[in-house]
Amino acid sequence: MKGKINPVTKLFVKILGNEKQQKITIPVFAILLSLIVGAAVIAILGKNPFSALWNLVQGCGIAPKAKYAGGKNMLTDFFSFMDYWTPMIFAALAVAVALKAGLFNIGVSGQMLAAGFITSVTVGYSALSAPIAKPLAVLLALVIGGLAGGLAGWLKYRFNINEVVSTIMINYIVEYVVAFFIYVKYVDPVSRQSKNISSAARLTLTDVSVNGFKFNIPLGIVLAVLAAFLIRFIFRKTTFGYEIKAVGANKKAAKYAGINVGRNMILAMVISGALAGVAGVTYYMGYFASVQPKVLPGMGFDAIAVALLGNSNPIGILLSSFLITVIGKGSTYMSSTAGLDAEIASVITGLILLFSACGFYIEERVKRSKERMEELEREMRKWGSINGR
Amino acid sequence: MADKIIIDGLSFALPLFIMAIGGIYSERSGITNLALEGLQGAGAFVGALVAVLLMQSMGTTSQVPYYAAMLFAMIGGMIYAMLHAVLCIKFKANQVISGVVINILAMALTAFLTKSINRVVFQAPSDKFILSVSQRWTIPGLSRIPVLGAVFTDIYPFEIIIVVVAAIAWYVLYRTKYGLHLRACGDNPHAVDAAGIDVAKVRFAAVMVSGALSGLAGMSFAYSISANYSSGIYVGYGYLSIAALIFGNWKIIPTLAACLLFGFAKSGGYQIVQAAGLPSSYSELIMILPYVLTLLLLIFFSRHNDSPKALGEVYDKGKR
Repeated sequence: MKGKINPVTKLFVKILGNEKQQKITIPVFAILLSLIVGAAVIAILGKNPFSALWNLVQGCGIAPKAKYAGGKNMLTDFFSFMDYWTPMIFAALAVAVALKAGLFNIGVSGQMLAAGFITSVTVGYSALSAPIAKPLAVLLALVIGGLAGGLAGWLKYRFNINEVVSTIMINYIVEYVVAFFIYVKYVDPVSRQSKNISSAARLTLTDVSVNGFKFNIPLGIVLAVLAAFLIRFIFRKTTFGYEIKAVGANKKAAKYAGINVGRNMILAMVISGALAGVAGVTYYMGYFASVQPKVLPGMGFDAIAVALLGNSNPIGILLSSFLITVIGKGSTYMSSTAGLDAEIASVITGLILLFSACGFYIEERVKRSKERMEELEREMRKWGSINGR
Repeated sequence: MADKIIIDGLSFALPLFIMAIGGIYSERSGITNLALEGLQGAGAFVGALVAVLLMQSMGTTSQVPYYAAMLFAMIGGMIYAMLHAVLCIKFKANQVISGVVINILAMALTAFLTKSINRVVFQAPSDKFILSVSQRWTIPGLSRIPVLGAVFTDIYPFEIIIVVVAAIAWYVLYRTKYGLHLRACGDNPHAVDAAGIDVAKVRFAAVMVSGALSGLAGMSFAYSISANYSSGIYVGYGYLSIAALIFGNWKIIPTLAACLLFGFAKSGGYQIVQAAGLPSSYSELIMILPYVLTLLLLIFFSRHNDSPKALGEVYDKGKR
């Protein structure tokens, strides 16, 4: 008889082997693996990994801290966490929509910055009242982001320019042009950032007093969750969503089926960019109230990670963005409490990405082991029936 | 002014070029390499660390740390590139995704390690490694030639290293058996396999070469632009070199032309801002020149591009 399967492999196959659950079990496996590696790194640095990881959760208002500053409690922490989570959801959805069409939108950062900056200097600096300014800012961001994303889609369709290259180029162009305008026109001499926007236009209600506690309430979070479900609906139930998926799965087949490939690619990039635009406005006019020059928001790149981790599935993204945001936002508290560099958090995020990029390989390995196990079992049964005769 | 444009243009174009050659190696072998940005940063990190350690014992006047930095940046880039190779070749990950992951991880890891090492080894709370100021060479005689003499004026030593390495890289890719195998792997891996050559091995080596060359480029940028190593190394030159190699149609000589164009556009723009007496904020606008130029050129040239036929595809022996 051929060799035995070792019990560890057996265990893995048992846990990861169910194909229907693999969409969840494999990312979870990748996350666990990276948390273990991250914990090991923390341990090597001579700190307690469990308390450090727990600090991440505490920093986001999901678990209680030992003590709070005045006007703060667990719930206010959680609201600040949601304030940061909101743009992350939008940004990751943006990446996911492009991925569905087989396109890789690395330009989310630039689209965020372009939309955030233009809405800031127009709506944010206007004297409009809150009920007009807030929706207007979101709409404007949708349009600007959509145009920026659509441009990359059009360049791909019309001139065969790889969207990865074009979106990266657009990122840098936006970064420097925005920096130029901030420096010559909108700079706040003290903070060296753009001047703060009016509070009427801001998408986060700041310092709302409830029972003596001060809350920052992000209005965008409702939109973000709605957007996730809307996109889920589009891709599951509409022809439009189906066409985009078909283009993403196989361009040639989609073309033979009579789908307009170019139109769908551009549309997917427009939607992707529009979502990135809203991410930008909730980031720069919500979580922040100003734009920092010469910096692309790192969130646009982390969003790629979030989207991949969430399998480009809107609901998966709600979960994965939650996790990555906990790691990112909680790192400040962790670094002050555990005395670790906040950068360790981005290392853990990087590791999560790395392991989830191997998802396909894990899937394949598990499948192979499973087949071998089944074969062995069959053989055993055969031998058993022969012997039992 | 023309002198300054040539001097600065070359010192920017050459690192870009050597990195693009790395990209050509990887992509001609069939592995999409968006990881150049991360590879140059990771390589430069290792090189800078070695330089800083050597400077402690040898002092800042010795030139040994400089050359050691170049060498170890190549080694560091090569080792880090193996991660991309393993992901793409052994783990059959999506190569675009792998590239992006490698970049994100490189930024996170090097930022974290720079800070940790500064604190633990050098007892200083800093997020950068301070390097020595690079020597500049002027070749007597040749530098006197009108206009073109600028090519031989104020040369960074790394420029000479790059020219030599680039010449070797060109020879290996176009004139040796390995180069032939490599190029064949990118167009028809099945034929290479049928000829009894291990496709995975050829590709693995190609990706490692791209790491080494990117590391050299990153180290050169660290010395020429800021004389230190920090997360400021990730400003997108890796992506720019990818644009250059696409624009150069995955061929070494046209890619050199593209890199020179980027270099001169950048240095020329700066000189114009200075000559016109514009405030420094206008240099931000000049910074977009290479990127705008890339987009415009791609508009004209992407149509006629023929990327390696098997680029980005996982090689599967059983597939036909």
